[in-house]
Order: sequence, then structure tokens, then C-alpha cells
Amino acid sequence: MPAITSTGAYIPYYRLKREEIGRAWGGGHQRGEKAVANFDEDSITMAVEAGRDALHGIDRQAIDGLYFATTTAPYKEKQGAAVIASALNLKKGAFTVDFTDSLRAGTNALRAAMDAVKAASANNVLVVAADCRLGAPGSEFEQVLGDGAVALLIGKEGSIDFVSSYTYTSEIIDQWRLDSQNFTKKWEDRFVATQGYLANVNEAVNASMKEQSLNLKDFNKVALYAPDARGHQEACRILKLDSKTQVQAPMFDTVGNTGAAFALLILVAAVEEAGAGDKLLLISYGDGCDIFSFHVKEKPLMSKERRGVQGYLKTKSYLPNYEKYVRFRKLMEVESGRRRPPQVSSAVVIHRDRRMIYSLNGSECTSCGRAFFPPQRVCLYCQAKDQFKEISLTERKGKLFTFCKDELAQSIDPPVIVSVVDLEGNLRFYGQMTDRDPEKVELDMTLDLTFRKMGEAEGYYNYFWKCRPVR
Amino acid sequence: MKVDAIRDKVAIIGMGCTKFGENWNMSVEDMLIDAVYEAYADAGVEAKDIEAAWIGSVASAFTGETLARPLKLKAKPITRIENACGTGMDALRNACFGVACGFYDMVLVAGVEKLKDSGYAGLPEFFVHPVYGQGFTAPGRWALIATRYFQTYGIKPEEGKRALAKIAVKNHHNGTFSPKAHFQREITLEQALNAPIIAWPLGLFDCCPTTDGAAAAIICPADIAKSFKDDYVLVKGFGVAIGPCLGKEDIDYKYDHLPETEAAGRQAYEAAGIKNPRKEISVAQVHDCFTIAELTEYEALGFCELGRAVQEVEAGTFTLEGELPANTDGGLKAFGHPLGATGLRMCNELYLQLRGKAGPRQVKNPRFGLAMAQGGHPGMLMPIVTILGCRD
Repeated sequence: MPAITSTGAYIPYYRLKREEIGRAWGGGHQRGEKAVANFDEDSITMAVEAGRDALHGIDRQAIDGLYFATTTAPYKEKQGAAVIASALNLKKGAFTVDFTDSLRAGTNALRAAMDAVKAASANNVLVVAADCRLGAPGSEFEQVLGDGAVALLIGKEGSIDFVSSYTYTSEIIDQWRLDSQNFTKKWEDRFVATQGYLANVNEAVNASMKEQSLNLKDFNKVALYAPDARGHQEACRILKLDSKTQVQAPMFDTVGNTGAAFALLILVAAVEEAGAGDKLLLISYGDGCDIFSFHVKEKPLMSKERRGVQGYLKTKSYLPNYEKYVRFRKLMEVESGRRRPPQVSSAVVIHRDRRMIYSLNGSECTSCGRAFFPPQRVCLYCQAKDQFKEISLTERKGKLFTFCKDELAQSIDPPVIVSVVDLEGNLRFYGQMTDRDPEKVELDMTLDLTFRKMGEAEGYYNYFWKCRPVR
Repeated sequence: MKVDAIRDKVAIIGMGCTKFGENWNMSVEDMLIDAVYEAYADAGVEAKDIEAAWIGSVASAFTGETLARPLKLKAKPITRIENACGTGMDALRNACFGVACGFYDMVLVAGVEKLKDSGYAGLPEFFVHPVYGQGFTAPGRWALIATRYFQTYGIKPEEGKRALAKIAVKNHHNGTFSPKAHFQREITLEQALNAPIIAWPLGLFDCCPTTDGAAAAIICPADIAKSFKDDYVLVKGFGVAIGPCLGKEDIDYKYDHLPETEAAGRQAYEAAGIKNPRKEISVAQVHDCFTIAELTEYEALGFCELGRAVQEVEAGTFTLEGELPANTDGGLKAFGHPLGATGLRMCNELYLQLRGKAGPRQVKNPRFGLAMAQGGHPGMLMPIVTILGCRD
């Protein structure tokens, strides 16, 4: 029986208080705050983070499928899952797929992963879902939509058994975004709520309970997607769920609606709190519903390294104002000052150095044992030539050996913290620091590494690793 | 290797230097013509006398044609040199070998850089990987050593910044006596300390400007120098120490010292027969692209012990009136830093000082002068040291 064998999450470091959005545009605002991806993050980088969170202590060579779900694929033509698989250092034979264009993409991917394992075409499939959607400035979507990612490892045996799935497709124009548009659109509120979300969820849940002879009351926790907090409350009322005990908190006030990742993120939060014997129900929505039920056989073991939803909710920093958000999401053209021409790139160099760039592979000299990044053919310490093996550094922590705050360097969020980091295993990483408060950067602080977007030179995304204060 | 094989073999008989600054109305060719013709006049030679030439430029030249075309040098051996900020000095060094081995009797060396046509402040990026080492600037890379140097020696950032500011104030002061300097005005300690941050801990006045300029030298074998100029200057020795340039990546690299600069200094001292640089060097031009560079170079070049530079600055050791005047013409900080020209500009100042022609900034009875052009940045340094001396 397919099972969830591990889970992971990623909620970006920055939050924007909704009152800041209200301040910018006048009028009211919704409660709480929303999670905002840093300027160097996108759905691919967030998916990598969630994937790493799920894969702590797990042999990455054992993963034979990576399904990436998003409605905000950085590339329209080019696979996101391939980038993620490279950054996660998965084997070449892993089956990589992008599930896109639907808010149900996350649960679509989950269903496909369950089916693959059930059919024995794969042993371990990592489902990663991430979204980084934009609401038009001043819109309700701008307040509601948040950024985040989630990962579920599906295998043959684990602590959370997959019991059943049900799917229900319903074509309706309630919410959409054209190929040429940046911002999510919707039809009039009441139509969207009554004929779209609520009607579909109600029909699909009832149909699934009936088909599978289940009773909603038997579920200990329901992870229920909703477009917004009000929709969530109404759906709970219609489904007669006990919203105090039976419904997993949907994080509207803390994260926001994370699109294709949202239902799965709520499920992972439920899994983190679940106890042995619990029955979980997952309900997604987007042109229909995907519904899954799970049985928690034993309380899932969480590696200490795993941050999960709980860990990522706790570590955060507020964007000082709405204007910073505008800058991060490039909502306005801004003057960056006359600086030397920005980054240049070459697809050839990226290809040649792909293992160093994506998997952060350094070299370990097989003659003297010392390690180095970037990889060196001739050992700095013993001069041995071509006697090295590649080692991935992505999961190492380090201490800040020296730094500066470079105000002259071009950045969307100056200053650039130029960092020399002494990593575990006696080697050094030289790069930029992200997700940091410049006032709190100090020598010897503990850092780890994170996969980020360096820029868009030559018209494609240039990904690489940065360091960041451990969250 | 016989490091002293070059000592007293080569003489500088003429030098020229353009006004350094934002030379909006001068091209690379204009600046080379002005610097070289000044050197011709100083040496009393003409273009037809030149047997070979070396041209140094980091980013403003393309082969020897950069020199041949404006100067109308015809079918001469001309080599273009590039070695980062040591470029001009390395052009001189290579030319000196050409003379010392007896191959050439009259050689032209020139260095030039045109930075202000770019449209932005600071330097272009020279060696760019698409993602690795991306997004950093020269002040950022030098600031890395300031942070760690302060930590190693228990210097509070405020104290460290004060010493750095004093270096900036000194060099601006010296620049007021240099008619060709980019900046010729005093700054105050408060101005330097309160300036906007460029790359913390470095502020605006810790950084040299972006400058256009050119400088040139005429060299010949020492034994024929007297027929051109009575007060020629002798080349005493060179030191160059490059590599492995992996300090940013090498965990053993401690970022509180400049080991390559120390090695280059040692070579040059051995070449020149100098045992105690603090006592024997009369005047020094060091590479103050950033004030922290000058501070750490004092230590690397043996002007003071490790960790002592802040106290020496506070004591005024390196001022015009001090025990070992450094950057007497204002240095990169005030005279400016057109990369390929800088090494020759430093030698030009030594050439003036050693001949007693430095005007109001003249130091007393100099015997040996040291110039050090520092390519790169901590972790990736390419220092070149030249020691010049008075003729006997």
C-alpha cells in the first residue's frame, strides 16, 4: 500500500503584514500577514527547499521520481523538475514531471505518485509543490495569496498509509490567469464562492464519502483547501465539520493561500501534529476536487534537522513596508543606479559546471583528503593531479569567517553581504548571504546553504547557492 | 634564480605622466601621446630612438597596437602586458629584463587606463562566472580583510575605521602638493568617518576614485644612462608573487594579512640588498586602492610588525614628516587609479623623489624608494614590488 514516508515544507523568511498593503492602497485590509518569497526565490527554489526538508536522512539515490507541481513555473518551456532534481542531487534515472496550470496540480501530482508506487513503476516518488502567485496591486488576491512550498515522499511503506482517493472534475470559469498575464483573476465573488468552490467541494466530498463508504465524522483532521478564510469557514459549515477540533488550521493569517502547494501544506501541518491511529482527509480544489484519505499508523518520526511547517512558521522577518514587496516582486520599474553592467551568463559554462552549480559539488582529494570548493583538478594542499572525488556540500553548515556589506554591488535588496563561510568538513564557501538582517550579521554566526536565483542574465534563470543564517 | 641579477643594470632616464582624473576630453591615444612625449622630452630622446616598447593596460588596450598607432612607432617589438592593478609596473619589469640582458639599449614603457567612458562608477567586471563569485565589487572584496583584521587584533570597528580615515586624510593632504593628482584638496577626519558606507566597514573616503590617466618611462642600460641624464635613477630590484589566488576558497587563508605581498616584498628586498626595510627605505608608494590595503601593506612589506599598523598610523610614521613617508604624491586615494598607469605613476613619484624634484612633498635625502602595485584583492593578490635607488 502506498504511504507517505516523509514530509517537508518551506515557508519563505519574509512576511508582509496585511495592514501594510492596506496602508499602501487605502481602505481595509485582511487579518494577519502573508509569506513573501525573497527577491531571489521562485517556485523552483522554494520547491528545492521543501524537498531538502523532506529528504533529511534519506538516501537520495533511492528516489526514482520527482513530481513538481506549480501554477507559477518560472519557465513556460523547460522543465522545472529537472532543475529541482539537479539541486537535490537525485539520480539521472529519476522520472521528472511538471504538473502545472491548475490549483489542483499539487494533489494531481500526489495522485500520480500514489498510482506510480501502487503500480510498482516507482519505489519512492518525491512530490514537491510550490507557488509564488501575484494578485494585481490593490486587489483582494494581493492580500490573500502567499508564497510557500511543500514536499511529500511517497513510498511503499511508511507511517501514513494512503487509504483512498477520489477525483471530481468540473469545468468552471471562476478563477484564471492567461498565458500573457501576471496576475490571477476571478469572476464576481458570489458566483465564484457558491457555484465554484463551495458547490464543488460539497458535491465532491459527499460523492467520495458515499462511494468509499466513509463518514466525514470519522476523520480526526481534515486538510481543506479554500480560496480564503471566509470560504474555508463556509465550507466547514456546509460539510458540518467541527472547526475547533476536526479541521487543520489553514494558515490564512500566517502564510496565505499558496496555490498548488496549499492543500498539501495544510496536510503536512496536520501530519506534523497527528498521532497514531488518526484518520486524515485531504480536499483540494481547482476546476474540481481531489480527495484523499490517510491512516496514521504511527506517529511519524521527525528528524531534528527537519523544520517542517512548524519550524518555518516560527522563523520569520517582516518586510519593512509594501514598497519593498513591490521591489521584490518587480511590480514597478525601479532605477537601480548607474552600476557596472549586471551579470553575464553562458549556457555553456552552466552546462560544463552543472554539478558544481546545481549540486554544489566540491572536490575531495583522494591523496591528502582535503576538500575544496569549487572543485579543483590540482590539489592546493598536496598538488595531486586529477585525484579527487566529488562531494556535495548542500547540507553542510558553516560559520561566517569574514564578511562585508557591499552597497556598491547591484542588488534588489542591498547591501550584498559578501560572505566567506568556513563549512563543516574543513572547507570554505564564498558567496552571498540571503534571508538576513544586515544589522544582525556578525562574525562566527552559524549559516547553512540555500538554492537561489542569482539573476536573469541572457534571458534565462541563473540558479546557484547562497548562504543564510540558520532558520 | 638570481634575484639580484637585475640590480643596477637598468636606469630610468625619463618619465612622463598625464594629469590624472576624469579626463572627459582625452582618449586613450591622447593620454598615451601626452605621457610618452613628456618622457621623450625628459630623456632627450625621440620616437626613432626607441628600439622596443611595453604597454600596460588592464581593459583599455588591445595588443601592442595600442601604443604603435598613436605614437607612429614603425615595425617595433611592442608587447602588451596585463597583470591586474600591477600591470604598469609589470610592463616596466618586463622591459627591464629586455634591457638588462643586453638585447635593447632604448626602451619605452607606458601604462594607460580609460575608465570614465564606461558610464558608471567603479571598475568593470573582468572575469565573470555566470553564478560563482557573482555580484561583488572591489571595495566589497577588500572590505573582507578589514572585518577580519579588526577581529584578529581585537580592534573595535570604530578604532579601525579611525586609523583608516587617518590614512585617507594623509593621502588627501599629500595630494594637495601634486598638481597632476585627481584630488587636490584636504579632507577632515570627521568627513572621512562620516562618509556614506560603500562596503561596510569601508566608507566613501576609504576608496580610491575611478580615474583616467597614463604614465610612461624611458629606460636604458645603466652604463650608458649618464649620456642622457646626469641624475638618472637605478632599478634595484623587483618582486612579484602571484598565486594560487584561492584565498577566498582556502580555509587556511586567514584574511588578516597579505602573504603574497609579504613574499613579493621579500623578493624585492633580496634583489635590492635591503636588510631592514623600515630603516633603509626612504620613501614608499603603496597600493591604497582602499585604505585597508595601505594599512595591511605596511605590515606585509615589513614596515612594522603584524598587528602594529594602527598604532603606527596613530603615531604618524607614514606622513610626509614621518619616519617612512608613504604615498607622498597622494597615492591611489588622491592621485587616482587608472589601473594600467598606476604602477608607472608610483615609479614616477619615486623618480622625482630620488632626484629631489618632488617640490613641496619632497622627502629628505632619499636613497631607496619602494613602489608596490597590488593586483587583485585579498585571497587573490598579484602584488608587484619595485625598488629604485639614487645613482652612486
